[in-house]
Amino acid sequence: MLKVNNLNVSYGAIHAIHDVSLEVKQGEIVSLIGANGAGKTTTLHTISGMKKATSGEVLFEGKNLLTTDCHKILGLGMAHVPEGRRIFAQLTVEENLQMGAFIRNDKEAIEEDIQDIYRRFPRLKERRLQYAGTLSGGEQQMLAIGRALMGKPRLLLMDEPSMGLSPLLVKEIFKIIQEVNKDGMTILLVEQNAKMALSIANRAYVLETGRVSMEGDAKELMNDDKVRKAYLGA
Amino acid sequence: MDSIVVLVKHLFNGLQVGSIYALVALGYTMVYGIIKLINFAHGDFIMVGAYISMMAIPVMISAGLPVWVCMIVAALLCAVMGVVTERVAYKPLRNSPRLTALITAIAVSLLLQNLFMVMFGSASKPYPAVFSTEQMGGSGIQLSMSTLVTIVLSVACMICLQMFVKKTRMGKAMRAVSEDMAAAQLMGINVNTTISLTFAIGCALAAIAAVMYCAAYPLVNPYMGSLLGLKAFVAAVLGGIGIIPGAMLGGFVIGIVESFTKAYISSQLADAVVYGILIVVLLVKPTGVLGKNVGEKV
Ligand SMILES: Nc1ncnc2c1ncn2[C@@H]1O[C@H](COP(=O)(O)OP(=O)(O)OP(=O)(O)O)[C@@H](O)[C@H]1O
Ligand SMILES: [Mg+2]
Repeated sequence: MLKVNNLNVSYGAIHAIHDVSLEVKQGEIVSLIGANGAGKTTTLHTISGMKKATSGEVLFEGKNLLTTDCHKILGLGMAHVPEGRRIFAQLTVEENLQMGAFIRNDKEAIEEDIQDIYRRFPRLKERRLQYAGTLSGGEQQMLAIGRALMGKPRLLLMDEPSMGLSPLLVKEIFKIIQEVNKDGMTILLVEQNAKMALSIANRAYVLETGRVSMEGDAKELMNDDKVRKAYLGA
Repeated sequence: MDSIVVLVKHLFNGLQVGSIYALVALGYTMVYGIIKLINFAHGDFIMVGAYISMMAIPVMISAGLPVWVCMIVAALLCAVMGVVTERVAYKPLRNSPRLTALITAIAVSLLLQNLFMVMFGSASKPYPAVFSTEQMGGSGIQLSMSTLVTIVLSVACMICLQMFVKKTRMGKAMRAVSEDMAAAQLMGINVNTTISLTFAIGCALAAIAAVMYCAAYPLVNPYMGSLLGLKAFVAAVLGGIGIIPGAMLGGFVIGIVESFTKAYISSQLADAVVYGILIVVLLVKPTGVLGKNVGEKV
């Protein structure tokens, strides 16, 4: 579904991503783990066109994303829940969800999908007319996920959905990710919480200073000594 | 009794000029809200609107249309010019330091003034009457048609704008872009289109303001936008730059303060009082009356 080939990305003189290749197949959860500054966010930004690559290829269902404008990516079927959630704080919860459906014209279906999101996240329904900036971190993350789902994507990129959340909420968010995946969504998940990320993923990639250092089946990586030492604190 | 009549008269004068400031202030505030640029050339679009509408009036008359239709013509053409200006002058600088864009805005302002000076000369030209000069009202308070039309039309524009921004899909997208451009793009919102729309609306409002201003002060020259633009800018800052209701509030406050200063203190002091307000706001609450005191995003 998504194929990244020999991607290179720089910030001026800083070469942040070196020859990164990865693949996400239909129906999978693929995790991309790595330490602070490893280049996880940069990789996602480049895939969704927020950052230009210096070389390489990003193919989504065969279409080259590196030459596609960022605002056209969602229309192709790929949504991105950015790092730090980036919900629109000055818009209400419901307006945020409507913005998620900006590219759609089917008014009635949008309304139904908003109700679906409220069923999945009852707390958002209670707060639907509140400014999104007043939500708690966990609620904001739910809103960010709900907003992305409103665009009816087939592939969801998620950047550290567990960031800043209590252990209980982290569990809840990961449960939601699994549910969304069961409903047919393919997911590329970026996480620092390697334990959780590996436990729900089919496959995973380990990013180290801009390079893929390991890749493979998530369960196998979880039992790998190097991964356990470096990322699982064992 | 008499003094109350006079007071009400000055109040309405203040509302009239205030609603003009408010319309212009909206342009400053919307553009700032979306690309964080103080568009110093915005005042000059009043001047552009004044010239376009002035030239449109004879066309309207010969076409048998009502004279006020010139306002629509000016609004449309100004909107197009605003969009083109943004594309040519500001868009290439979107990722440059803000100072660069600010200097460019000053350059655009000078360019427009000098362009119109070359085309029309620097002398002031008389502006034809747009509204009837009939006086309305009874019991001592007489108001001119242009005063009433200006206030009513401005308020109508502001209500429409507020509805557009609050209720429509594009209006919400505009607010989303002004808050977080990259996140808005991820929603599939075309940021360029949204910014163009913002400039179009701002410049159209400036053109409408221009016709109403000229109805009250019927003289047109290439520099007329500078002072007017500056006062509208003060209004935008007073209300809280980037905040749409703030621009409306600021416009009316500045208009009324100016009118009362002219009437009860001294007409020479009016401008000084307006700039005094700017200084006080910047010292006491730089985010403006309706602004929140945290951060710079509004
Ligand atoms: N805007 C930028 N300008 C310059 N360098 C940047 C920029 N953004 C990221 N970098 C650099 O690129 C590298 C990768 O950063 P990135 O944000 O992709 O890491 P990350 O894996 O997402 O980290 P974290 O887990 O902390 O979010 C880092 O060395 C970082 O300093
Ligand atoms: Mg990151």
